[in-house]
Amino acid sequence: MSDVPEAFREIAERMVQVTPQAAALGMRFVSVSPARGSLDVPWREDLVGDPDTGVIAGGVVTTLLDHTCGLAMAAAAGTEPFSTATLDLRIDYMRAAAPRTGVVCEAHCYKITRSIGFVRAEAWDVDRSDLVATAQAAFILNRPNP
Amino acid sequence: MTSPAEQLQAFMQRVPYIRFLGMQAELAGDEMTAILPPSQRLIGNTFIPALHGGVIGAFLEMTALAQLSVAEPARRLPKTIDVTIEYLRPGRGGLTSYARADLRKVGRRIANVHVEAWQDDRDKPFAALRGHFLLSSDS
Repeated sequence: MSDVPEAFREIAERMVQVTPQAAALGMRFVSVSPARGSLDVPWREDLVGDPDTGVIAGGVVTTLLDHTCGLAMAAAAGTEPFSTATLDLRIDYMRAAAPRTGVVCEAHCYKITRSIGFVRAEAWDVDRSDLVATAQAAFILNRPNP
Repeated sequence: MTSPAEQLQAFMQRVPYIRFLGMQAELAGDEMTAILPPSQRLIGNTFIPALHGGVIGAFLEMTALAQLSVAEPARRLPKTIDVTIEYLRPGRGGLTSYARADLRKVGRRIANVHVEAWQDDRDKPFAALRGHFLLSSDS
């Protein structure tokens, strides 16, 4: 954790506040470390996907996974400014989240080149050893011209 | 007996997250078009501005589920098993998005669905999804 400059931690915290969709979901910053990031979305009535069970929508998990992957990318790229876009995102849904329960996500950017980042992410509700979903993503990285 | 159009509208109104997205759907025969009007809160990149990649994925997934609700009205809400989302170009934040689902195979337990989304030009999709959904027969 200490390897991440305080300034970057502030950028990471701002990433969820200034992105309109992250703010609309009530997304919260959890932690950041080199090439890794963690965010969560607390349960809310209007985010439910199945009104019979009160379980949070798969789409919320999709957005949380995508956004946390973006944070891990930023944490891997360091303080160098860049913009990023998702190339592809594959998600496996292991099970529905527990009713009326939020979701936590951690992502790891395990390889970054000049133009592409490869990221894995896991999402769970209560117990990290009992996952709700996993994701594998590739991002294109737009660095400023040297 | 409820008509496919009533079935679809019941599905669209039942799910709180569909209202959160502001997503709508229209039915022509058995072909459904999902519609996502532009909204500031769906933005993921304020510089372009572009729709959030997660919103695009969610819109495609909800399109697949809505089309399944029309095709398989007797069944409960299917469960998503896996999805692969391909991002072809930015989803521009100021434009309305449209999507159509193609039910490639609807078996006894599993449905395979492809979805494509576009904005101003049907021939230039900005994102696509391929996914598997678990169908449950108890109604």
